Amino acid sequence: MSLLRVNDLTVKFGDVTVVDGLGFELPKGGSLGIVGESGSGKSMTSLAVMGLLPKGALCTGEISFDGIDLNTLSERRMREIRGDRIAMIFQDPLSSLNPYYTVGTQIAEAYRSHRSGVSRRAARQVAIEAMERVHIKEAGRRVDDYPHQFSGGMRQRVMIAMALSTEPELIIADEPTTALDVTVQAQILDLLAEVRRDTGAALIMITHDLAVVSEVADTVVVMRYGDVVETGSTEQIFSDPRHPYTQALLDAVPRIDDEIGDLRTLGGGS
Amino acid sequence: MTRYLVNRVLGMLLVLFLVALFTYMVFFLLSPDPAVQICGKTCTPERIDQIRANLGLDDPFPVQFLHFLEGLFLGRDYGTGASAVHCSAPCLGYSFQSAQVVTDMIVQRLPVTAVVAIGAAVLWLLAGVIGGLLSAVREGRFTDRFITALTLGGMSVPNYVLALALQYVFVVQLQWLPFPQAVPFADDPGQWFLNFILPWTVLAIGYASSYTRLTRANVIDTLSENFVRTARAKGLRPHLVWRRHALRPALTPIVTIAGMDFAGLLGGALITETVFGINGVGKLAADSITKNDQPVIMAVTLLAAFFVVVGNMVVDLLYSAIDPRVRAGATT
Amino acid sequence: MSISSTELEAAGAPDNGALVAATDPRRSVWHVLLRDPSAIACLVYIGIVVLMAIFAPLIVKVSGWGPYDFDQTAIDPNLGGIPLGSFGGISADHWLGVEPQSGRDIFARIVYGARASMLIAVGATALTTVLGVVFGLLAGYFGGRTDMVISRLMEFLMAFPALIFMIAVLSALPADNRQYLLVLVISVFGWPYLARIVRAQTMSLKQREFVEAALASGASRTRLVFTEILPNLRSTILVMVTLAVPGYIGTEAGLSFLGVGVVPPTPSWGQMISSSVGWYSVVPTYFLVPGTFLALLVLSFMVLGDRVRSAVDPGGR
Repeated sequence: MSLLRVNDLTVKFGDVTVVDGLGFELPKGGSLGIVGESGSGKSMTSLAVMGLLPKGALCTGEISFDGIDLNTLSERRMREIRGDRIAMIFQDPLSSLNPYYTVGTQIAEAYRSHRSGVSRRAARQVAIEAMERVHIKEAGRRVDDYPHQFSGGMRQRVMIAMALSTEPELIIADEPTTALDVTVQAQILDLLAEVRRDTGAALIMITHDLAVVSEVADTVVVMRYGDVVETGSTEQIFSDPRHPYTQALLDAVPRIDDEIGDLRTLGGGS
Repeated sequence: MTRYLVNRVLGMLLVLFLVALFTYMVFFLLSPDPAVQICGKTCTPERIDQIRANLGLDDPFPVQFLHFLEGLFLGRDYGTGASAVHCSAPCLGYSFQSAQVVTDMIVQRLPVTAVVAIGAAVLWLLAGVIGGLLSAVREGRFTDRFITALTLGGMSVPNYVLALALQYVFVVQLQWLPFPQAVPFADDPGQWFLNFILPWTVLAIGYASSYTRLTRANVIDTLSENFVRTARAKGLRPHLVWRRHALRPALTPIVTIAGMDFAGLLGGALITETVFGINGVGKLAADSITKNDQPVIMAVTLLAAFFVVVGNMVVDLLYSAIDPRVRAGATT
Repeated sequence: MSISSTELEAAGAPDNGALVAATDPRRSVWHVLLRDPSAIACLVYIGIVVLMAIFAPLIVKVSGWGPYDFDQTAIDPNLGGIPLGSFGGISADHWLGVEPQSGRDIFARIVYGARASMLIAVGATALTTVLGVVFGLLAGYFGGRTDMVISRLMEFLMAFPALIFMIAVLSALPADNRQYLLVLVISVFGWPYLARIVRAQTMSLKQREFVEAALASGASRTRLVFTEILPNLRSTILVMVTLAVPGYIGTEAGLSFLGVGVVPPTPSWGQMISSSVGWYSVVPTYFLVPGTFLALLVLSFMVLGDRVRSAVDPGGR
């Protein structure tokens, strides 16, 4: 049975349709890349799954997560799933972290709010372990640091640790590497692949960058102006794009084999 | 941190010194000769010269200013012989008109001004933050529009007009409040409190209006921050999202500004104190202006500058305690 | 007190980051304003006050009483000079009533008072704008020592208890030419608030490509400031100016209220309210009339400032 099945998902703001009849399936532990330029509706799709669409959005269709239709779920029940069974990593780690609290507090926050009777100390331990899992050195000390004391890549690691703390079944990463330096990007993608291997969590990777998708996704959905242009396995999309738009996107990407050897070759995936 | 503190204090002292110098200079150039004032109507040129020499008024400007500074830190004597008046540090000058040491005049009135400022600050902070929150939560709806209209009104009506209007309605017409008169707190606490209701309100309304607008804007801005979205994505309960992730960043700047405004008020709420006849520092300043009692005017100006500058520094330190980003910046 | 630093900061802060492209803001601003009923209402009221100020002598001829004419027939000498008739002596003769004791026509004094308020507010705004823009540009563009000197000066002026000091200075100065002194004193303490924002924007504009490109192509620095940077600051300046006017109207009225503003018998709204303090319980219209005119004028400018800001920078709040 698939972990997440999205069927005929449509998101509208008034008369403007930002996502139009989207559908895809994601098996347990699988990984899916949603690719498109800005305004293609890819981020709205992720927010729809999280139930975090901005005010004024009208969302129809089926979002079935482990047999539960998230779109019809009450806000209360949705909250129990959000941040516990489905976690999200955002694009800009600096602005996505609250400057007023230590990273430890923020990592532990999700864990504490989804598990009852967790002491402050136990939550702190969970935060430290999560930070160790994303390879933040001296996690025991850095847990009390504030976001501004970390570098961009380290902040994104903090965000990933935050997502991991509750051991979610699905992680949605919305452009997690866009705001980072190229070398750091590769490290973060490696980390995401590693996390997936270790925890067995499924991953939805939202990006404008096909190179990123080739790194982490088994299946790819290409979106444009809210419509699905093409769906297929990563291998098929890269070797034999059916739609001219996909072809154009591929042409825009610097050939991946030209890149530094650290990046795996076409369709390598994991 | 220590270096930062030392730098701040030095900067503060420099500003205060400049304010003192500038103020002293302006008054030295502009004010009428105090010797003539003291001398009165039946006056001979010899007597004026004598007074001048006695008080050091014939010294050149730098010498007089140094004496003033000396008085500020060490205290000084006015006049010589039996008629000498000692003014102990911090000596802000001597009012020849009321034959009193200015420091004493101010110290007497400072508590009243503090009461006015504290009461008003409590009112405007409460009203401003609550109003701003309500407005932000109901953004674009009736409540928001209504509150915004009220704040515009509150900022447009000058506080002396407001003072007269409220006094007319609540004291003259409705007679809900007693006619304002000076009652010591110990004599009749109830009456004392009632007397302050109107001044507090009048003073608070202008500030409350701008605080409401500020709170509203800050809260709305903060709610659209990415970290609030992160907090929601973690599945936090709405009250936690609000309390921890929206309110703290939104209200911190308001605390800062409140501190500065409050410090500014300690220098005297000139108009409010005058209209309601409250015997505070502000009224002292206004009365001295009418009487042209320069030493007092200068002392109040200096005092107000002192409060503003010190308030500024306290607020900066407070801010670095609240905001971790600034804290880090201060240590490095 | 009429103009708190908080208010100006609150007004100025959101614009710090918002840089508007060098399109002509005036046309689009007018366009937006003329579709907004409350903005039109404000413009109309401001227009009326301006016309009152300009044509004061003519208007007074029509209404029949000059601002300095005493009318003993309109007051009751037996009751301490209270105006005859209800509502402060409002009649066909005296449209807004008369002053107690002197019987001077309040309408005429309001009309003439508009002159003082508008002249001083506009004068102070103009001078503040010039000072603020020039110093802000200098500090922001040249940086280094120039910036340090100007910034210290601004900090110093902003730390100053402006109101008390203004009062003190004005009280010590001779009373002739008070209007000019008022403009000067208000501007001296007012410009840093505008200069601070102009400085910040200039600093960020300086880094932008088009400025660097112009510099690379050999444009002189002075020319650059006027042709490339200043036009980009127009929107900010426009917003700051509209928001500054109500502050200065309030300051002038406040100073006149405290007795250091416009010198009697020349009327000013603040001064009229000041002289009404002793009468507020007996003749409430005496303070209500100038108070209402004053509050409405400040309100109109404030609402207009708000609208101009959202027209110039639709995203900002």
